[in-house]
Amino acid sequence: MAATPLPLNPPSRRSADLAPEQARAVAAALDAHRDAPGALLPILHAVQDRLGYVPPETLASIADALNLTRAEVYGVVTFYPHFRRTPPGRRVMQLCRAEACQALGARALEAHAKRTLGIDFHQTTADGAITLEPVYCLGNCGCGPSLLVGRDELHARVTPEAFDALVAAARTAL
Amino acid sequence: MSASPRITVYVPRDATALALGADAVAQAIAETAQRRGIEVAVVRNGSRGMFWLEPLVEVATAQGRVAYGPVAAADVAGLFEADFLHGGAHALRLGAVEELPWFRQQQRLCFARAGVIDPLSVEDYLAHGGYRGLRNALAMSGTDVVQAVTDSGLRGRGGAAFPTGIKWKTVLDAPAEVDSPTPDPRSRSSKYIVCNADEGDSGTFSDRMLMEGDPLCLIEGMTIAGVAVGARQGYIYLRSEYPHAHRALEAAIANAYEAGYLGANLLGSGKRFDLEVRLGAGAYICGEETSLLDSLEGKRGQVRFKPPLPAIKGLFGRPTVINNVISFASVPIILDRGAQFYRDYGIGRSRGTLPIQLAGNLKRTGLVEKAFGVTLRELLYDVGGGSYSGRPIRAVQVGGPLGAYLPESQFDTALDYEAFASVGAMLGHGGIVAFDDTVDMLDQARYAMEFCAVESCGKCTPCRIGSTRGVEVIDRIRANVDRAANLALLDDLCQTMRHGSLCALGGLTPDPVVSALKHFSEDFAGR
Ligand SMILES: Cc1cc2nc3c(=O)[nH]c(=O)nc-3n(C[C@H](O)[C@H](O)[C@H](O)COP(=O)(O)O)c2cc1C
Ligand code: FES
Repeated sequence: MAATPLPLNPPSRRSADLAPEQARAVAAALDAHRDAPGALLPILHAVQDRLGYVPPETLASIADALNLTRAEVYGVVTFYPHFRRTPPGRRVMQLCRAEACQALGARALEAHAKRTLGIDFHQTTADGAITLEPVYCLGNCGCGPSLLVGRDELHARVTPEAFDALVAAARTAL
Repeated sequence: MSASPRITVYVPRDATALALGADAVAQAIAETAQRRGIEVAVVRNGSRGMFWLEPLVEVATAQGRVAYGPVAAADVAGLFEADFLHGGAHALRLGAVEELPWFRQQQRLCFARAGVIDPLSVEDYLAHGGYRGLRNALAMSGTDVVQAVTDSGLRGRGGAAFPTGIKWKTVLDAPAEVDSPTPDPRSRSSKYIVCNADEGDSGTFSDRMLMEGDPLCLIEGMTIAGVAVGARQGYIYLRSEYPHAHRALEAAIANAYEAGYLGANLLGSGKRFDLEVRLGAGAYICGEETSLLDSLEGKRGQVRFKPPLPAIKGLFGRPTVINNVISFASVPIILDRGAQFYRDYGIGRSRGTLPIQLAGNLKRTGLVEKAFGVTLRELLYDVGGGSYSGRPIRAVQVGGPLGAYLPESQFDTALDYEAFASVGAMLGHGGIVAFDDTVDMLDQARYAMEFCAVESCGKCTPCRIGSTRGVEVIDRIRANVDRAANLALLDDLCQTMRHGSLCALGGLTPDPVVSALKHFSEDFAGR
């Protein structure tokens, strides 16, 4: 008699409670991508696009669906800087640190941003409004310093004053 | 009396143009036209590559296209007053783009259509010579297509400058069924075409501009590769930092499918080619081809040991052509005009043209496509107009974060792979980043090590640990601790990284460091 194959992930870990919105996000991501070759990154992107991050509680169901171990999925999530494991502030600001922007004052802008927001990279302001992330080139190297606000709002030639204005606008828009 | 005809106005959708306010300009033009009861069609084209003139607005008039720039939304009312829709005089009027000296001195082969056409329109693409290359390729044998690419002299534009035709030949000759089981049973093709659109190098944006300005050119190049080597599936691995390029690619691919230029029956030939975009996730190392393939397979993007080459055992274990965006986008014109036409541009073993990106502290930054052979000095001063800040240019980094820093004494180096190698530098993906005399080269050397530490995939020790030690050693040099001993240690560390790393991330990080030390030693002399 054939033995039942052992599940890759212990059931106790698998059924960690997902909030309804998380469960829906995972189900939608799996529906859209699970049959694609190399499906894991597209699934993680889909989850993060919907929830703003990849909650650790979702890894087990993703792993099960792809017949991977939870450790493998965890290893992938942690390898890529784009995937976050905690919810971000209401606006993510990605500040370019790379050379072409350095040549136009990115180092000073970085210092200014950290000082005025009172946070370091990868942190969120106390009011939950802004998360500051480093980014290594946004392809706007002819008109730096460059800043990406949210998903696709790109800014060129960002001075400290322009940065402050964007921060203020982000705070009032929320 | 008939109503006056619709006037076409072009406002770029290029990311840099958007960052400079192009959306607000497009909106102001559409709204003002509507208020005035004028019928205007706003086409969102790519950028012509002259960033100091962005947002650059062009109007199709009876006398040809007339450009205005840089246009701010606040200028739009005045432009209407000046009757710019019929080419009227205005302080921002530039005339025909093709007549501007900066534009005229180029040889635009790859970027011939970028900024000219509606990037998402197959019809517009066809009207400007698009898909003639694929049509020719479909009438040729795979061997002949590959031979044409080899004869053109095209070398990979992603950095390593490997002859593209030779790579394709290996995949063409590789047996379609490799005996090893594929790691992913869902793999659906026996060979693959993969486009490296990770463009992680600072100072480079030609891939982005091509994908936003003429995505069908990339799609055609990849389709020709598929037809040539017998691959039915292609992937574009695009960095997640490029949301605008992503949108342009998705739309262009959908339109190509609809028009029969992708899918089951290319141009009625019975041949199939499918294409999909996959997003990276912020890891620079995924631009390295084997990391990229692992990432596409859904894994951590760690570098593979070579051999086997991707051409033999690539994506899902299958023979795979992996090329840079510009490499693929150079192919349609080679198949259209012939290998000799392309080969006639360039010097030495660097044939054809290079889309050069002028970045950092320059007055006139942007994209210029020129035949190989132009000197760095010409690019910095004649084309780039000198520094943006007005101060002297002190150092130039060419070829991204792994490229050497060149001092003024090397500015006469010609853009040619071998000429750059002979001065210990690298042309790479053609990005040129200028720094004025406020740059601190010790800071730049430290950053090179820091970047390597941040971006290392962790598989090999010289890169993973060496880079962190490198930052510490440079910090000690800055702090004047055991200067001589630490300088010797830094040199030793660079040797270890150069010779002991698994890939060029750790292997080339010493280049910016050592060149900074060599040419700008005064910055390491202590203060
Ligand atoms: C650390 C590292 C990063 C790289 N990043 C890129 C990249 O962003 N884009 C690219 O086309 N090639 C990149 N390459 C080069 C690729 O490994 C490979 O040579 C290239 O995709 C081959 O295409 P080509 O022959 O058309 O240039 C990188 C290499 C290394 C070592
Ligand atoms: S270096 Fe900052 S956008 Fe490229």
